[in-house]
Amino acid sequence: MSTPPTGSNPARITSEVVAKVAKLASLQLSEAELELMTSQLSGMLDHFADIDKLNLSNVAPLAQPFPLKNVFREDVVVAGVDRDEVLAAAPAAQEGRFRVPPSSGLGEQ
Amino acid sequence: MSNASSAPQHSTALPNGWEMVVGLEVHVELDTKTKLFSASPNRFGDEPNTNIDPVTLGLPGALPVLNKHAVELAIRLGLALNCTVQPSTFHRKNYFYQDMPKAYQISQYDQPINIDGFMMLPGDVRIGIERAHLEEDTGKSTHIGGTSGRIHGSDYSLVDFNRAGVPLVEIVSRPDIRNSDQARQYVAELRSILLAVGASDAKMEEGSMRCDVNVSVRKPGEPFGTRCEIKNVNSIRAVGKAIDYEARRQIDVLESGGTIRQETRHWDDSEGRTHTLRTKEDADDYRYFLEPDLVLLDPDQAWIESIRASLPMLPAARRAQLATLTGANKESESVYVIVERGQDEYVSAVAQAGGDAARALVYVQQAFAEEGSTPKVAASDIATLTQMERDAKITATQAKTILSEMVANGGGDPVAIAAAKGFEALDTSAVEAMVDAAIAQQADAWSKFCAGEEKAMGALVGAIMKASQGKADGKVVTAILQARRTQ
Repeated sequence: MSTPPTGSNPARITSEVVAKVAKLASLQLSEAELELMTSQLSGMLDHFADIDKLNLSNVAPLAQPFPLKNVFREDVVVAGVDRDEVLAAAPAAQEGRFRVPPSSGLGEQ
Repeated sequence: MSNASSAPQHSTALPNGWEMVVGLEVHVELDTKTKLFSASPNRFGDEPNTNIDPVTLGLPGALPVLNKHAVELAIRLGLALNCTVQPSTFHRKNYFYQDMPKAYQISQYDQPINIDGFMMLPGDVRIGIERAHLEEDTGKSTHIGGTSGRIHGSDYSLVDFNRAGVPLVEIVSRPDIRNSDQARQYVAELRSILLAVGASDAKMEEGSMRCDVNVSVRKPGEPFGTRCEIKNVNSIRAVGKAIDYEARRQIDVLESGGTIRQETRHWDDSEGRTHTLRTKEDADDYRYFLEPDLVLLDPDQAWIESIRASLPMLPAARRAQLATLTGANKESESVYVIVERGQDEYVSAVAQAGGDAARALVYVQQAFAEEGSTPKVAASDIATLTQMERDAKITATQAKTILSEMVANGGGDPVAIAAAKGFEALDTSAVEAMVDAAIAQQADAWSKFCAGEEKAMGALVGAIMKASQGKADGKVVTAILQARRTQ
């Protein structure tokens, strides 16, 4: 990623980038929304740029804001949910499974 | 299981000095009772959607909690692969697909639990392991309608979420593999290690071990070429075939002036070829970000060391030990086969009971294919059988007959079986008399043999075996004939 431009009123993110992220997130934004999001995200990046100006060489990177680590569950089975109840809430079901429209397969990893 | 997969074989060389560069990504399902982030059963083959809960289904408000046993198994595997275990985090890998209701997979990204390991292959080939990270499996889609059961052209899909959330470790090799033999050896050895440490049942046919293969080609010394990733490679044999096919396909494209597109391809085992599944332009933009519902995973050193101390002897060390005991090469097929069957301790027990370890290795390989790691025949009886053969009380052929009977009956005293069958070795003077009689009868063969025609020995040996009604020891007969010739 390139370094954002500095100086007054920097364009930290372009509307093209916002449009791409929206597409990846399956969001449909109008032109007005796109403009609004671009300016709001730019403002957030301004804030990060302010943080970047601080000397943080003695601060360890923080993975989570919580003062917690190693939260575990024992490997013990607990009853889940009833299949028929869940399938009844789905738009369509067949043979004990969720029935869904065909996929393009593009999302498959 | 296919023993041949682990034994060294030879793939054909690529044309015109091309070299292939291969890396493997292997997903294995961990052998836990529950899922990675919820308490539903991790069980293959149940009725669809019977092992589900709010976390599995991604229902609003459901929160993941990490399965401690899954972490322990991941560390066991990492240590067995010589990895460094480090503090790690979980990320959301975002994409939309019907078998993943949250619209993201929880995986590990820039801070995986295991990094920088390696595996040794026959011939002291070292394959680097870049990482072995934890992630959750997806559900399973069945595509209905259309022609082939494939995604494209299907009318709709049916989704079962039993597998969604099952703990996986993805083991990513470095691009150190240079031919399909090494790739097969790598997968076979990884499978042996998984079974040895109890991390997974590693059943490729049930999908609990799945391989994606990255292949590119280049001329030696040149930078890496553009790679293609091959999916749906579901057996060790298919790993070798898919790699050989794909490397040749890429060479054909390059030699006819084309270029390789970076893409994902699908291996069709029945056709023996790969097809384009999708091109990778920006499909790989998964917008990873830290999973806010999970905290840092930072296993303390005492836990890691207690896991290390509990590791069993690994297959490579067991092969080395068996090779030393029996005098066989540690890369020989028999050593691989016996360790893969878990019968190396049995061979060791035969040796401890006073048996000949080298003969025991041969007997066990030949006769105990169906026996598993604890054969029914008593190790002490096999020890006795090897002694009888070594002391020339019976011939190798007779030993084989007795061994078959012992295996068929689930045991038996080899001395009693030999007596019942009338197997008694002839003393050497009796064999010598038969040799002299055969030399007299087969004068023509004898003179040819004396003239250096080794094939002529067959007729002499045949006559002697006939005269002895099969009781003469072939090795003794041969030795006497050789001695007579030089007299």
